[in-house]
Amino acid sequence: MRICVVGCGAVGSLFAGHLAQLDDVEVWAYDLSAPHVAAINREGLRLSGAADLVGRVRATADPSELPRCDYGLVATKSMHTASAIAATAAAFRDGAVCSVQNGAGNEEVIAEHVEQVIRGTTFPAGHLVEPGHVAMDTRGDTQIGPFEPRPAPMEKVREVADACTRAGMPTHALEDARGAQWRKLIFNAASNPIAALTGFTHGRIAELGPTRELAEAVMAEGKAVADVQGIVLDSDPVELFHFAARKEVSYDHKPSMLQDVEAGRPTEIDFLNGAIVAFGERNGVDAPLNRALTALVKGLEGSASA
Amino acid sequence: MAIERVCVVGGGVIGSLYAAHLARRVGVCVLTRREDHAAALRAGGLRVSGKHDFTAALDATSDPGELGPADLVIVATKAPDVDEAARRLAGRFGGVPLMTIQNGLGAEEIVRGHGERPLISAVTFMSGVRHADTHVEYELDTETWLGPYAGTIPYEQVEEVRDLLVESGLQARSFADLRPAQWSKLIFNATVNTVAALTDLPHVAQFGARERPTDLGHLVHDLMDEGKRVAAAAGVELHEDPWEMNVLAVRKGETEAAAGKYAHVPSMLEDVRSRRRTEVDYITGALVREAERAGVPVPLHTAMYRLVKAREEAY
Repeated sequence: MRICVVGCGAVGSLFAGHLAQLDDVEVWAYDLSAPHVAAINREGLRLSGAADLVGRVRATADPSELPRCDYGLVATKSMHTASAIAATAAAFRDGAVCSVQNGAGNEEVIAEHVEQVIRGTTFPAGHLVEPGHVAMDTRGDTQIGPFEPRPAPMEKVREVADACTRAGMPTHALEDARGAQWRKLIFNAASNPIAALTGFTHGRIAELGPTRELAEAVMAEGKAVADVQGIVLDSDPVELFHFAARKEVSYDHKPSMLQDVEAGRPTEIDFLNGAIVAFGERNGVDAPLNRALTALVKGLEGSASA
Repeated sequence: MAIERVCVVGGGVIGSLYAAHLARRVGVCVLTRREDHAAALRAGGLRVSGKHDFTAALDATSDPGELGPADLVIVATKAPDVDEAARRLAGRFGGVPLMTIQNGLGAEEIVRGHGERPLISAVTFMSGVRHADTHVEYELDTETWLGPYAGTIPYEQVEEVRDLLVESGLQARSFADLRPAQWSKLIFNATVNTVAALTDLPHVAQFGARERPTDLGHLVHDLMDEGKRVAAAAGVELHEDPWEMNVLAVRKGETEAAAGKYAHVPSMLEDVRSRRRTEVDYITGALVREAERAGVPVPLHTAMYRLVKAREEAY
């Protein structure tokens, strides 16, 4: 089986490095960072932290070098999905492509270029230490399932889930993976923009009345949008939000959107709150707070680049 | 009765601009917080540069007990300091008109909490830069709007104050009912200030942009709409449409930017950038409280209020 990870940043590297441990899987990585690609090809892809391994991965920044692949795992930041899948789609002509990204709306973009698409949500996290070396910060499960408008067959979903699980990245094949995706989306859409706009860590957001109440109102809108689409959440994002705020869990965690804003990078707001607004509109449900947060974070991005 | 002596409470930008201008026509005493500030004013007077250029001689003290009689009191502190200012004035200047000029709503009621007196409501659009205790730059020479507060003072007395301000070189306009103007400015300020404070954007073109669904102008427009619904429920017919005020200000800003001038930085953004406490409680907070009283839901202003409060908490 041949798998190509599209976007070999922190999360992509976790999948690539683990999958490369399997004898029956050949792993490729497509990434635009020349030093990262060179280091992976020279010394292998190294994972440390919650994992400790080196994977033999063939990396390239040139999509024409990619062979035909059975599976693609897209792990770019959401704003780069369109360009990454447009560049690599030829490699997946007979394959199935799975998103393991944040938010909602990535599968729709992938489906513009690929026949068989798999919806996915992943929890593990890490960070790039140096080219060719990623630290795994958090272990966790991944849920995948056929993307309804352009579904990959269930046996393919099971096959790639099985490979990931055997490699040490526990992955569940589900008939309907929307419940997991929207649970995480709704959670992220509360914590990320509020952190970006206020500078709070996740724990502070949950601790202080004004931000906690705002987060709960934002999550209620997200739940209503999930509900109207017939999505049954696999667990309550509000409970997850409060669980994550505990000192021993993620109290001090700076949500990625705050990190992006502090570094002057573009954020994934369009695929988080922006996606809740868009899916709501498509289904006749208004999400004014999510819309307001989207506009504010976009304004903040604009002031950083000004 | 002619106004011959004015007591100005607070020697910040706005207080200094009033005090210096008025001192050219009448006797002025500034009540400061610091005695060295008062001493410097007594010794060297108060210099105005920018739109006007002069130095005015005036009296000043940090001790309310030393204040002589006055025919008009102007409370020119920032909104959070009005309560302390009114406390210092308690039992003094009984029956003398007192004018509040703070942003937002509610300064008059705070003053009233320390004793009944004739009250003039005012909002000011002038701005400046404080260079020293004894030097203020007059930047925007825009109007002060004033009107009687809740029937505590006859309109004729408000007109006298307006005339005095104009004679001293300031721009002023009086209204028999200030609320329509005050509410226009409140809704404008509650929106533009909080959006600027949270996005780190000065008042620029994005505030008027409504092309794509997530453009900032939609949020600005929605916030203005919420505010207008509160005004309507409170029985206030607005003097100006705050959205139109926004469009005009943005357009003016573009012209000035094209001429190489800087974009206007709303005071709440200045406060956040300097990690100072903002006036959000008196601006958006006042609007949210009025909305509650009128039974009008304001989810967006509530969200903005919560975000700015959290932003202050995170300093």
